[in-house]
Amino acid sequence: MIINGVSIDKTFAEAFPMKGTRAIITAQNEKWALISAQAMTGFATSVIACGCEAGIERILTPEETPDGRPGVSIMIFAMGAKGLAKQLETRAGQCVLTSPTSALFAGIEGGKQLPLGKNLRYFGDGFQIAKKIAGKRYWRVPVMDGEFLTEATTGMVDAVGGGNFLVLAESQPQALAACEAAIVEMQKIPNVIMPFPGGVVRSGSKVGSKYPALGASTNDAFCPTLKGITKTDLSPEIESVMEIVIDGLSKEDIDKAMRVGIQAVCDLGAANGIKRISAGNYGGKLGPFHFHLQEIMA
Amino acid sequence: MSALTFTLKRQPAQRVDMSPLVCQKLAGLELSQIGAIELQNGKSKVRVADLFNISGSNSQNIVIADSFNKLDFIGKELDGGNITVQGDAGAYLGMQMKSGQIKVTGSTGIYAACELKNGFLEIDGNAGDFLGGALPGNKQGMKGGTILVKGNVGARAGDHMRRGQILIEGNVGDYCGSRMLAGTIAVMGQTGRFPGYAMSRGTLLLWNQPQLSATFNDCGSHTLSFLPLLFASFKSLSSRFADSSVAFNRVQRYGGDMTEGGRGEVLVKLA
Repeated sequence: MIINGVSIDKTFAEAFPMKGTRAIITAQNEKWALISAQAMTGFATSVIACGCEAGIERILTPEETPDGRPGVSIMIFAMGAKGLAKQLETRAGQCVLTSPTSALFAGIEGGKQLPLGKNLRYFGDGFQIAKKIAGKRYWRVPVMDGEFLTEATTGMVDAVGGGNFLVLAESQPQALAACEAAIVEMQKIPNVIMPFPGGVVRSGSKVGSKYPALGASTNDAFCPTLKGITKTDLSPEIESVMEIVIDGLSKEDIDKAMRVGIQAVCDLGAANGIKRISAGNYGGKLGPFHFHLQEIMA
Repeated sequence: MSALTFTLKRQPAQRVDMSPLVCQKLAGLELSQIGAIELQNGKSKVRVADLFNISGSNSQNIVIADSFNKLDFIGKELDGGNITVQGDAGAYLGMQMKSGQIKVTGSTGIYAACELKNGFLEIDGNAGDFLGGALPGNKQGMKGGTILVKGNVGARAGDHMRRGQILIEGNVGDYCGSRMLAGTIAVMGQTGRFPGYAMSRGTLLLWNQPQLSATFNDCGSHTLSFLPLLFASFKSLSSRFADSSVAFNRVQRYGGDMTEGGRGEVLVKLA
């Protein structure tokens, strides 16, 4: 398959089951809601070393938030409910409770409930106040700038992590420009996040390493500087490869995000140095969810 | 199916215990069986059919027509369904109700919604003393649900209240929120003496400055972010509380009752 001069590999991305949740952070203005959201989703690129994968889903208008203030929707994914609960609570406590003017609300109704402010309330040292409003439980925690308002819990759902595609280009600036264009379009899709810095990862990995202590190592088949000395997957004109990883609430959500992302890359096309789209394929060993690139773009 | 309607034939001299006539107890019964139920009437018993004309068949939607202020215990322990009282209701309306809705077009006597567990109770007229309170000797009043009163309320509203909301469009008597444990009482009108007397937690939300006792301390003026959520939850009510023009988020906060630790609050609207 070739789109606008870009070759779409006949391969698939492998993804695996995760647990996901969403929270809504609001603040006096969008600037401070974003600051809090960026802190809460920081150091959360890969579940392997960060304990979770997290990102900003989108910015919310005052009309879309529970308290009528500007807000940001964030999502967090982890391998299990226990780990997700720990990450959610720790991050909420250190990054939202602490952030000026912030408030924190559930982003998923129903499902298994994870503590959001349920335990953060103890920061109030007995001065905290519970309020049950329209069937939802909130906590008002007195803090130095006024009150921190937080919903007690948020919902958790089964999710999918690790959807991905690789952008192969003739130069590093061209690969990055294509990925930036893809991220702009993918951020318009609900229920997904791209957890790596700016949504793009340049250090894609393979399973295993020559060092026994490491479970993953650099994906040498896609490293352009190793083209001559390893079993490369790159043709001579490829000088740079970048990857976009997607976590989503369902396989369908990731399908949509991959489609618009790949399309945005292909719209730049061969004329802008984009040669191929491929995917992280581990022979079907990594996970049960397979995203076939050519089917997605059909 | 039309509502199961009990139309009062005559006003008995003695009080009537209406607690058998709740939705869950009448489900599946024929009208003749319902008519044969005996109600306590003062020291004697009276058959339902002797006191009411009965019509309709939907036991989940009960109407008590031509009601008056000696019909006590209407909707006691109601567990789902609707009861509409056309006229006044006596004492203990909706006592210990678990779920469902009760609407009264007139006024009610004392202890309306006392020890309410959940559900929605709407009173178009006035309510007597101990609205949503605890029965004498008991330590917890209403534990959930919402009470809406469009008229005035007597003394001790929300006495020992544990959770839930009492919304009062009119005035409220003395000791509003006395011995309150938690929950919210909102009063648009005037409050009587000693609001929040011995409250340990909970919120009194007032539109007018009350005359507070010396055991409430001024915590200053604040913009509280939970108030927009609270007012938004009133939007579906058929009430002045649903009017966005009455909402506010800027309040003077008083902490008290300091004799009980000062964890309760009186929030007064700031212009």
